[in-house]
Amino acid sequence: MSPLLEVRDMRRSFGAIQAVDGVSFAVRQGEILGIVGPNGSGKTTLFNCILGQIRPHSGEVRLDGVAVSGLSPARLSRLGIGRTFQMLQVFGGMNVRDNLIVAAQEHTGSLASRLFSPPDAGFGARAEEMLDFFKLRHLADQPAGDCSFGQQKLLDIAMALMAGPRLVLLDEPAGGVNPATLSELHDMLGRLNREKGASFVVIEHNMDFVMSLCDRILVLVEGRVLAEGAPGEIQKNPAVIEAYLGN
Amino acid sequence: MEQLAQLVISGLATGSIYALAAMGFTLLWQASGTINFAQGEFVMLPAFIILAGMEWFGLPLYASFLLALLISSLLLGLAFKRMLVDPMIRHGVLPLIIATIALGIFLSEGVKTFYSAEAQPFPDLLPEGLFRVGGVVVSYHDIGVMAVALVLIIALQLFLSRTMTGRAMQATAQNPETARVLGVNIERMILYTFVINAVLVTVAAILVTPVYLAKFDNGASLGLIAFIAAIVGGFNQMRGALLGGLLIGVINNLTVAYLSAAYRDAIPLILLIVVILFKPEGLLGRREERTV
Amino acid sequence: MRGRLILLLLVAALVLLPLGLKNYGIYLLSLWAISTVAALGLNLTLGYAGQVSLAQAAFVGIGAYVSALLTTNGVDFWVALPLAGLLCFVVGLLLGFPALRVQHHYLAFVTLGFNVLVFLVLRNEEWLTGGSYGVSDIPRPAVFGFATDRPLAFYYLTLGFLAAAGLALWLLVRSPWGRAFTALRENPMRAASLGIDIRTYTLLAFAIGSALGGLAGAFYAPLVEFIDPTPFHPAASLALLLMVAVGGSGYFFAPFLGAALVILLPEWLRFSEGLYLMLYALLVMVLMAYCPSGLCGLWVRFQARMRARGAGLAEGGRP
Repeated sequence: MSPLLEVRDMRRSFGAIQAVDGVSFAVRQGEILGIVGPNGSGKTTLFNCILGQIRPHSGEVRLDGVAVSGLSPARLSRLGIGRTFQMLQVFGGMNVRDNLIVAAQEHTGSLASRLFSPPDAGFGARAEEMLDFFKLRHLADQPAGDCSFGQQKLLDIAMALMAGPRLVLLDEPAGGVNPATLSELHDMLGRLNREKGASFVVIEHNMDFVMSLCDRILVLVEGRVLAEGAPGEIQKNPAVIEAYLGN
Repeated sequence: MEQLAQLVISGLATGSIYALAAMGFTLLWQASGTINFAQGEFVMLPAFIILAGMEWFGLPLYASFLLALLISSLLLGLAFKRMLVDPMIRHGVLPLIIATIALGIFLSEGVKTFYSAEAQPFPDLLPEGLFRVGGVVVSYHDIGVMAVALVLIIALQLFLSRTMTGRAMQATAQNPETARVLGVNIERMILYTFVINAVLVTVAAILVTPVYLAKFDNGASLGLIAFIAAIVGGFNQMRGALLGGLLIGVINNLTVAYLSAAYRDAIPLILLIVVILFKPEGLLGRREERTV
Repeated sequence: MRGRLILLLLVAALVLLPLGLKNYGIYLLSLWAISTVAALGLNLTLGYAGQVSLAQAAFVGIGAYVSALLTTNGVDFWVALPLAGLLCFVVGLLLGFPALRVQHHYLAFVTLGFNVLVFLVLRNEEWLTGGSYGVSDIPRPAVFGFATDRPLAFYYLTLGFLAAAGLALWLLVRSPWGRAFTALRENPMRAASLGIDIRTYTLLAFAIGSALGGLAGAFYAPLVEFIDPTPFHPAASLALLLMVAVGGSGYFFAPFLGAALVILLPEWLRFSEGLYLMLYALLVMVLMAYCPSGLCGLWVRFQARMRARGAGLAEGGRP
């Protein structure tokens, strides 16, 4: 079976700096892949290239075997790839429930149908599910900007999931989150993976989080893949240890 | 042929005035992200300060001009920055745009209400008269305008590139965080740009008003031309504002002579739309770069 | 619930008030109603979709001239009206294209430039628009056979127009489109990453806002019965912008409030026009510095504070 996501020979430089230097990897259906590496190793740039936010200088991306390189972020979203951002990106002025609905409404129907459909665009029920799953129900009518950082983080992830994507790219989901919320997040992602078959690619610095959540780990250093394998292997890999300790 | 040369020369003269306004506008944008929609009124106001100095206090023109420089620096430089721009900069670009639009209205209505709604004659610092150069008729006034503008622009460029303060200002515009780390007083550098703008508009006022007379609504057309000049030339650079101003001055003249007087104001606008559609960084601009 | 009661009272006031007013007062109220529709359009473009348009007066002008030229040449008003709206919708779409490529401040200049161009054309092309001589003897429309020649009758027509436009806009803003517009304003990048088509929604916001301006213009022509280019000068676009800003761009009722402040209040206060404008401009500057969400925003903040205080008291009072 072809992999869900395939990235081949991705390259992108900024001036003299080679941010992403020939990265290739694949994500299988139902897998959770972790991407780790020191700061500045090109992880977020890699995401941006895959998701059409910036144009890579070379490289190919395939979703379910179909080439999707060069498509806009909006198109990719409608094709079933979701994403969260390192810097929070929720719609502060809208209430939490609307944030969730807007995250899904563009994925069905046409422009015209959306004009005449009811206010919740048919996603009311799913929004309620998300609110319960992520324990945000009590904040449903509050402006997202008024919620705490941790709550906004959860909302961000919920939004990426609203349209039922097959694959979600999470950029440092654990960053700045308190331990209690973090362990809930860990469990939620695990459940989504087991119960709904959602696949994830997770960039993270929090080693405990990533080692216990992911099926496979990719280590990125200076834009190149240094090592790839199961969490246990990676932790014992001498080159990886040196890359981290050496910094 | 002579007529063309004459049109170009007088166009360059008017254009250098536009350039002064456009350069001030660009400076403010680069240093502090301020889009000053009231820039035209900033040129209109000093003219009336000068008139008031002469009529209400009986000062001679030169003294009144110096007074206007002082008042402009305080009002259009210091007060503008501290009382309007500073509180607003954290709210984003939009409130600042609206606020400067309101400021423009405030200034023009203020002049209309407290001075006069009629056009006022304005004395000329520069000599009158014409002279010939190889069949081309040139006015002393035009040469004078270009000379004054040139001196000011060169002085500004030297200041910015040769003096410590000037280089600090450039650093602030390009990379405020680095500049701060290097010990530059960002706030003061930004204040200086506001004061420089105040000086530029006051000089522009004394150059342009003798020709067009002082009227409370002069600001509207001049402001629009300043924006267009800055954008067409390349919003990122002072050189762009200079080029833009000169270009529009010349084009306006040629339009009136060869095309249509009624649509003189339309050509810069069409130029603006074309530039924004096809080369938004302007004729001289470069994308993703800020230089003074 | 209390909000609805207030709304009902205001509507009743708007219906009953003019009965006690003279012709000039009724004219002002009609002007207020029409200006509110134009401001509602601008609020959609600016307040909900975050696009700075300084061209709204141009669209009002286009609508007014279409309506005037057609009705003075025998076309029924109720045919001219949708034509005016449609033309402005299309022109708004075309003008919106540069909107996609540029940020706020560039857009402001481009739309301002467009307004100047429209004004120049209206003033110079005498063969079409009558130039500075304008178009006169514009007839008042008939509604289901009832003439609206008298001020009171025409006022109720404009009130009905305002109600219809307000209702349509309310439904639009509540629909998924409205939510997409807000997402567009708040965070375009995030919106794109969620599948929201930035280009389409920006163009739509622009075009619908412009169409509303055109429709307002179509009613303006028979109100004043003579038009020339003067009211459609770029300065009027700035005035409309300030109306929306003072009310609080993005709040639904802001245009109603802003238009009242600009059109009705000066008559009550009887200042000189210049002084009033100065004070009004000062108010805008102060608001933008300390409460950019305008008067509606101030009201919302005030209500929130009252509610918080009330909750605090209630908790304190419970055993």
